[in-house]
Amino acid sequence: MNIIVCLKQVPGTTDVRIDPETNTLRRQGIKNIVNPFDAYALEEGVRLKERYGGKVTAISMGPPQAEEMLREAISCGADEAILLSDAAFAGADTLATSYTLSQAMRKIEQYDLVICGRQTIDGDTGQVGPELAEWLDVPFAAYVSKVEEIDGDLMRVERMVEDGHEIVEMSLPGIITVVKEINVPRLPSLRGMARSRKAEIPVWTASDLEVDEGRIGLVGSATWVVEIFFPRRVHQGEMLEGDPESQVDTLLEKLREARIA
Amino acid sequence: MDYGLSEEQKTLKSLARRIAEERILPVRAELDETEEFPRSIMKDLADSDIFRIFIPEEYDGLGGGGLDLCLVIEELSRVCSGVTVCYAATTLGAYAILEFGSEEQKQKYLPDIAAGKKLAAFGLTESTAGSDVAAIKTTAEKVPEGYVLNGTKQFITNGGEAEIYTIIALTNKSKGPRGASAFVVEKDTPGFTFGKKEKKMGIRTSPTRELVFRNCLVPEENLIGREGMGFVMTMRILDRSRPGIGAQAVGIAQGALEAAVDYTAQRIQFGKPIISLPVVQQKIAEMATQVEAARLLVYATARTIDGGARSYTEEASMAKVFASDVAMKVTTEAVQVCGGAGYMRDYPLEKMMRDAKITQIYEGSNEVLRNTIAVGVRKRKARRE
Repeated sequence: MNIIVCLKQVPGTTDVRIDPETNTLRRQGIKNIVNPFDAYALEEGVRLKERYGGKVTAISMGPPQAEEMLREAISCGADEAILLSDAAFAGADTLATSYTLSQAMRKIEQYDLVICGRQTIDGDTGQVGPELAEWLDVPFAAYVSKVEEIDGDLMRVERMVEDGHEIVEMSLPGIITVVKEINVPRLPSLRGMARSRKAEIPVWTASDLEVDEGRIGLVGSATWVVEIFFPRRVHQGEMLEGDPESQVDTLLEKLREARIA
Repeated sequence: MDYGLSEEQKTLKSLARRIAEERILPVRAELDETEEFPRSIMKDLADSDIFRIFIPEEYDGLGGGGLDLCLVIEELSRVCSGVTVCYAATTLGAYAILEFGSEEQKQKYLPDIAAGKKLAAFGLTESTAGSDVAAIKTTAEKVPEGYVLNGTKQFITNGGEAEIYTIIALTNKSKGPRGASAFVVEKDTPGFTFGKKEKKMGIRTSPTRELVFRNCLVPEENLIGREGMGFVMTMRILDRSRPGIGAQAVGIAQGALEAAVDYTAQRIQFGKPIISLPVVQQKIAEMATQVEAARLLVYATARTIDGGARSYTEEASMAKVFASDVAMKVTTEAVQVCGGAGYMRDYPLEKMMRDAKITQIYEGSNEVLRNTIAVGVRKRKARRE
């Protein structure tokens, strides 16, 4: 069974700074990490390979330095990795990203299952997985917390929904996005690290993918960021003065005014 | 300090540190409290190929040396030496097969040990035979189908959890030490059961149990090497594994030093962090120097062994004795500089102090090993070396 896992490199920090000129993240001096949800996707891919055989291909669209993350993916059990990198891909929103990824899947051709994390921790949209399924016109299940069984081209998964779990059967090839409850990702192995050092990671550019140039990068994006800003901190607290009794009276009065009490 | 480590060794060290910090640190206090075996951490170590490092490549290992093993043991012990012992005891159990086993024995046992599928253990100590190893009473009587083992081993690390046991037993009672032999005994062999599980001062997540043999028949092919080789092998195996105890002690001491520095840097008394007090600085400086000296002696010994030295009893003993004394001293001082907090179980230092104590005791007490060192020194004097 051929499994493709989509990975994205994201800033490994919660201390995000924004460049006011370009409205983009300042990435200088910030260590990049694999998007945490994607690590669960990779682990599930590797576990399914161990259960059912086959291979795991890690794929990422990003700048050249994403290669480092793909090497780590190999050291954690992926068999091979492909980097989609081209200046023409830059500035892509989820639509352009999922289109580009879908063209890479079409080029790979032989795949049974694509696994993505439920969302990234930088963009937080959770859109790339489902959009990818639309582009490829294959079945899709989001928020998968357990792969129960794969039997031929039928897969049964458990997915998290708002008020519980849902068991879904879907045919393969298909796409799932996974939640963190699905597994505990393994750490790199020494053999994997040795393999990752030697691994050749092909870089596919726009011309390798037979893409419609109007659908990739900034040009192909249906959305763009108009403004990015930190919400202004509003201090709404009010200190009550006086002795405890008068404070209680004032408080009650205010609660009544606000129709809370 | 530049330790002259290769790129591979640096990678190995940083992976071991990552496992220790991400997987062991969150559960170490709980493991100490519950005394449960750290099964999931053994799985993490196996998944990361850490059990492969000391096994030759032809048996699915990575063919690493003693220094590689010391680096891993040190990094794991920096966080929890109890967990480390569960791992390291496997090397002790595997060494007899690795060094003296037949090709068939190596093929049969080493790949599973390398994969971390099976843990190993070494069974020598008995209630009447500690430092005086020649006083063991467990017997292995030759019968047409193999050997029948009878006797009880005491204080056996990984007892009950390991699948593969190297057992020292007497095949000829009249010959004394020359009548001992080594056997591989697999868990679930009829007649082989587990007795009392000890309650210990430290390294509490590591199981220490009795192994009970009652007419336990093992096939002839489980004899390691030849009959009568048991003690020679034992001495050789312990010499080889002793730097590992040194590395464990260095790791404990390093962890205690770091915890003491962290605490004293944020503990404010008389308006300033206590690390700025000269008396604390003196202690920290002494601790740091001792840890560094112990580390260098352990690394140098491991390199001597990896370099193919024929005899290294003295060096191995020195590394173990010095590093374990350092671990005890440093953890005691670390508790002291942290005061009340150092003594409380909410902080890691009292556990480190309890864990350090065993390194002065097991795999040859420091007193016995000092005798060994003295014998070596006198012999060299006699040989005018």
